[in-house]
Amino acid sequence: MTESTEPTSSTVDGDVLVDVQGLEVHFPIKGGLVLDRTIGHVLAVDGVSLRVTRGETYGLVGESGCGKSTLGRAMLRLVEPTGGRVVFDGTDLSALRGESLRRMRRRMQMVFQDPLSSLDPRQSVESILVEGMRAHGLDRDRAATATRLRELLSSVGLPASALRKYPHEFSGGQRQRIGIARALTVRPDLIIADEPVSALDVSVQAQVINLMADLQQEFGLTYLVIAHDLAVVRHISDRVGVMYLGGLVEEAGSEALYADPLHPYTRALLSAVPVPDPAVEDRRERILLAGDLPSPAAPPPGCRFHTRCPWRQPERCDTERPELREVLPGQRVACHYAEDIRAGRIQPHEVRPELVEAGATGPLDTSAAGPASVTEILGGP
Amino acid sequence: MSSLALLDVRDLTVTFHRKGARPFTAVDGVSFDVEPGRTVGLVGESGCGKSVTSLAIMGLLPRRGATVGGSVTFEGTDLLTLSASAMRERRGRDLGMVFQDPLSSLNPVVSIGLQVSEVLERHRGLPRKKAMVEAADLLDKVGIPDPRRRLSEYPHQLSGGMRQRALIAMALACRPRLLIADEPTTALDVTIQAQILALLAELVRDTGTALILITHDLGVVAGLCDEVNVLYAGRVVERAERHALFARPRHPYTNGLLASIPRLDGARGERLRPVRGSVNDNIPWRSGCAFAPRCPNALDVCRLVTPEMVADGPGGLLRCHNPVVHTEEVTA
Ligand SMILES: Nc1ncnc2c1ncn2[C@@H]1O[C@H](COP(=O)(O)OP(=O)(O)OP(=O)(O)O)[C@@H](O)[C@H]1O
Ligand SMILES: Nc1ncnc2c1ncn2[C@@H]1O[C@H](COP(=O)(O)OP(=O)(O)OP(=O)(O)O)[C@@H](O)[C@H]1O
Ligand code: SF4
Ligand code: SF4
Ligand SMILES: [Mg+2]
Ligand SMILES: [Mg+2]
Repeated sequence: MTESTEPTSSTVDGDVLVDVQGLEVHFPIKGGLVLDRTIGHVLAVDGVSLRVTRGETYGLVGESGCGKSTLGRAMLRLVEPTGGRVVFDGTDLSALRGESLRRMRRRMQMVFQDPLSSLDPRQSVESILVEGMRAHGLDRDRAATATRLRELLSSVGLPASALRKYPHEFSGGQRQRIGIARALTVRPDLIIADEPVSALDVSVQAQVINLMADLQQEFGLTYLVIAHDLAVVRHISDRVGVMYLGGLVEEAGSEALYADPLHPYTRALLSAVPVPDPAVEDRRERILLAGDLPSPAAPPPGCRFHTRCPWRQPERCDTERPELREVLPGQRVACHYAEDIRAGRIQPHEVRPELVEAGATGPLDTSAAGPASVTEILGGP
Repeated sequence: MSSLALLDVRDLTVTFHRKGARPFTAVDGVSFDVEPGRTVGLVGESGCGKSVTSLAIMGLLPRRGATVGGSVTFEGTDLLTLSASAMRERRGRDLGMVFQDPLSSLNPVVSIGLQVSEVLERHRGLPRKKAMVEAADLLDKVGIPDPRRRLSEYPHQLSGGMRQRALIAMALACRPRLLIADEPTTALDVTIQAQILALLAELVRDTGTALILITHDLGVVAGLCDEVNVLYAGRVVERAERHALFARPRHPYTNGLLASIPRLDGARGERLRPVRGSVNDNIPWRSGCAFAPRCPNALDVCRLVTPEMVADGPGGLLRCHNPVVHTEEVTA
């Protein structure tokens, strides 16, 4: 099942902080009368290899259910990978147990999407912040802790008076600042931020994006940012990985990915993002994808995108899973025909939507449907 | 201005009364009109009153606890004066609505086919058999593959995108002349959003239905709306034709919103210029401009005098004492 591909050395220059090698997370689907039989697996993450360089921001994008959060959680071993490994700063995390794992975890922190649900409503901000420090033995001297908390709050743009307040007394953006401050209390190297701004209003979202950039400078942080908003990801990331059905389909420098997307899925995804400019919107061509997103419990054979790919070819696409390979310097693509597509030797064609059973595929409902083009389907009642 | 209007909303005000709490005015004198075949956008951030406005138009606010003022004139009739049953009749026939979360607006225990055909039976008087045939037709029109089979399926068996299509099919069943779509794509992935927006655009073009599109996504507005109303704290603060709005945002809030959004096609690495603070900082409209504490253009007068809505540019309206001035005149 694993078709892990080693990143070529030219993909990453500099100092690798996290090296993810052929990572797999397969969740069992339970069935039978007493739900004790495993009747299948959700291939949430299925053979992902990527490297995050120290000090960079790596953005992970892809549609709902493609495995972004699971990948992020597996990197921290918040869910147990079923295959592959994660090497953090030279140490293989899968080999760590107990105390050594806990010590390593201090260096990797997570920031979540929903600031309110990730903060305990009965705890004051101070106790929320001290908790992590205490767990890692960083709360030895009261005066030093107090100073540190005040410094941290001012770094995230909150007044010291916030310490005595409770989460519900803050706005969404302020709560996200608290979530970020909490992650920073233990002086991590890596922050995995899972949809850090998607619950926020745009005006506030921009404040948090700027804040994250400032903190990265100030504390030398490395970020893995998971988000479904491609414009946000492009703005904050140095490099971007695009996921589809548990696998990475393209990875490139942020600029290159948006200027010259090579994978058909990346192209469709980028063309679908609305741009707040009517002049641009009026002349844009969209690649509307056909059909449902297949279930990760039963991914299509061959290229996972072949059921919806407008460039699909009769050879190889439905039989052979394409490896992630370097097609341009620093740009890795999992498509058999990336070069031909880029050169225009293969043209896109109409795709007939295939029916995917949303209810019949297990516990997931992440599929989506529709014809390739809506032209002609609405004749008017 | 309202001679051509299909819908004319004047000074719409919605105040909620709750025990133990001060009355809260969620919609505070909102006016706009919609002509047939046009798409009008209502944009603004969470809590600014977009959904309450649409619920008030549709007569779907709770009868208790909410006071609605102003008028909502649909083809000469003030909908706010209609009885509950008359309004129900209208909703099926002239007014359609599509919500953000299709699952909560579909009946989970009734098959999709029956839900669509019931609308046809009730409002168009079609017999069951005929209604079912037309229901399949409608599902086909909104792009649901294999519609005949889908008739017997239940909402949970459909994906999010397909449920939204089913809901649009239901809204279309009565051939409404006005469709209100409240964040119709917010819960969907971008590739599916693109499909649904294309579907809505096609619908307006082909059927002449008027569309009120409610969204917080300025990108969606840019692609779909003919004109846009920007709401802030329950009031419209700027109204403009879409090209004008995006090229020359006049209200400091509109301008701030546009500067806050990272653009897919923008320069990367450039720092975003967020609007400072949050809606928690607002002051009440009656004591000035609600946006004043966050506004980079604020003057002393802004905290003393409530700005009135005044004409601004061709077809534009603006509520601001010190609007943004665009020096280089765009010729477009
Ligand atoms: N604990 C679990 N048990 C079983 N299946 C799971 C579990 N967690 C996630 N999944 C499934 O794994 C797949 C990937 O989920 P994941 O949450 O990683 O997606 P995502 O890309 O983060 O999506 P979103 O954008 O909606 O957050 C989905 O099909 C999901 O239903
Ligand atoms: N039934 C109700 N009772 C009391 N207050 C309400 C009720 N419905 C809405 N509100 C309040 O009215 C204000 C406007 O709400 P509304 O739902 O219209 O916002 P919105 O602009 O649609 O926001 P969003 O983008 O989050 O959907 C909010 O402050 C909300 O809390
Ligand atoms: S391998 Fe084939 S199906 Fe997959 S993306 Fe490339 S062209 Fe499309
Ligand atoms: S009225 Fe004053 S405070 Fe309000 S938006 Fe205009 S300039 Fe800013
Ligand atoms: Mg997720
Ligand atoms: Mg709403």
